Amino acid sequence: MNAALPILILFFALAVALGLYARRGKDMDLEQWSVGGRGFGSIIVFLLLAGEIYTTFTFLGASGYAYKYGGASFYILCYGALAYVFSYWLAPAIWRYASKEKLVSQPDWFSKKYKSRNLALVVTLIGVIAMVPYLQLQLTGLGIIIEETSYGTIPRSAAIVLGGVGLAAYVVISGIHSAAWNAVIKDILVLIVVVFIGLYLPFHYFGGIGAMFAEVQAKSPTFLMLHEPSHDTGWFITSILLSALGFFMWPHYFGAIYSSKDAKTFRRNAMFLPLYQLVLLFVFFVGLTAYLVVPGLANGDLSLLRVVRDGLPPAVVGLVGAAGLFCALVPGAMLLTTSATMLAKNVYQEIRPAATDKQVGLVAKLMVPVITLIALYLTFKGGAAIVNLLLLGYAFVTQLFPSMIMSLLHRNPVNKWGAGSGMVVGAVIVAVLTIGAYTVGDVLPFLPSALHHLNVGVPALLANIVVCVLVSLVTRDRSASMQESASRSTAAV
Amino acid sequence: MSEIHAGGNGGRYLRFTLATLPFIGMLVLIPAVNRDEPYVLGLPFLLFWIVLWVALTAACMTIIYWTDPANRAGAEG
Repeated sequence: MNAALPILILFFALAVALGLYARRGKDMDLEQWSVGGRGFGSIIVFLLLAGEIYTTFTFLGASGYAYKYGGASFYILCYGALAYVFSYWLAPAIWRYASKEKLVSQPDWFSKKYKSRNLALVVTLIGVIAMVPYLQLQLTGLGIIIEETSYGTIPRSAAIVLGGVGLAAYVVISGIHSAAWNAVIKDILVLIVVVFIGLYLPFHYFGGIGAMFAEVQAKSPTFLMLHEPSHDTGWFITSILLSALGFFMWPHYFGAIYSSKDAKTFRRNAMFLPLYQLVLLFVFFVGLTAYLVVPGLANGDLSLLRVVRDGLPPAVVGLVGAAGLFCALVPGAMLLTTSATMLAKNVYQEIRPAATDKQVGLVAKLMVPVITLIALYLTFKGGAAIVNLLLLGYAFVTQLFPSMIMSLLHRNPVNKWGAGSGMVVGAVIVAVLTIGAYTVGDVLPFLPSALHHLNVGVPALLANIVVCVLVSLVTRDRSASMQESASRSTAAV
Repeated sequence: MSEIHAGGNGGRYLRFTLATLPFIGMLVLIPAVNRDEPYVLGLPFLLFWIVLWVALTAACMTIIYWTDPANRAGAEG
């Protein structure tokens, strides 16, 4: 037994206890469970919206990317900052309409704006397909983190199952409240741990950050630039742009926006959130240190944990593990709450329109263990490296962007047929290209070579927009009369 | 805070321009800054450039916040 183990157990117990305790004093109807009764203040909303920065993706993925691809990893620093620029205008607009209409899920938005429950079903499908791998990612990350930081005492599979059970338990009880409470502990812990190891490790091995960069450059002269053809500037720019557009299209981000008690919070947060991103800089330092100290790992996602184990005593390793644990559990709770809400509200209630709010709330809670089991199954069936999964999810939710933005207009030229077919075409293209590992150059060889490695989300998004516009034009008259009848039937319900 | 900049079209253009700058810095100009020399503040140039623009993004958003009439005391949420 080593010093890391009790620390890990202590923090896991703390996370579960806080998650369960978060329920106290609340009457858990669906609105309370899914979006915190729209009562969260500035700090919690800040932490929930910043949550994206500190997931296991940051911890393992960003360092792993720096370890493997050097300068290309810097894209991760950019897209969040740009997304927060959008958020200044986008988030208050989303919040206002959602509060007025009492929306609890992202598909609700499309259902109301486009007056189409079938469109909401399409959005649910896209959202769940994107979120389940993202949840799986958190569980896989959790398993790796616990196995490595417990020095193998707790095997990966046991950590994943335990984590999944704890997560599902407190989400069933407390919903989004469990994420809110744990987010506070998580960000304090991660901030301290990441800044510490990001500074300590380069100093420990090389005597400074500058010296570390010099060593990296001596080993591989172009490593700190965009140097590989597959990760050229075209790839870099389009990956940033797509991730920035997709950022607020994640269904659990909609949930976080809905949970705020006012709209000003988002504008105020937009000033500070970009700076908060800079913590990632220290993660890059760790990944680059690992590139020098523990080279040759087949799985780059292990680089942070390996170099931490190599350079630090077990007690510190335990704290790093604890921080990583929270990085998996908090986004995990958001993802579970959101996907369960979507399945209950936008699928179950569609099939059984007579269901009472109480029944819908109950189904949402029942969906939590079901989704957890699916994610666990996928976790053990094995998957791609962490960044690839996230990129696929991002590309998926980004397909919601065009019709989401258009729905903010007073007179939206896009109708439900255009919105739905655009999304589906975009999602299918992105899935085919990603799963088949095609590049833009493979499918569009006539393009200049500088464009061959654009993010595959770009052709998908363009096709999405074209289809969306064309279908909206073709179905304009038909949909005008159908929308009328749809709104009549909505009114009747 | 200047009242001229705060409301009206002048203020709106200012905020729009400020919101565009981060996109120019972190997307449009990337091909021009893809190099490691010179090192600035101990960082290779590409990384320094990105860190600088993340900080400038926060600065732009701060100016936008303070000139936007929506954030005045008493303005509707």
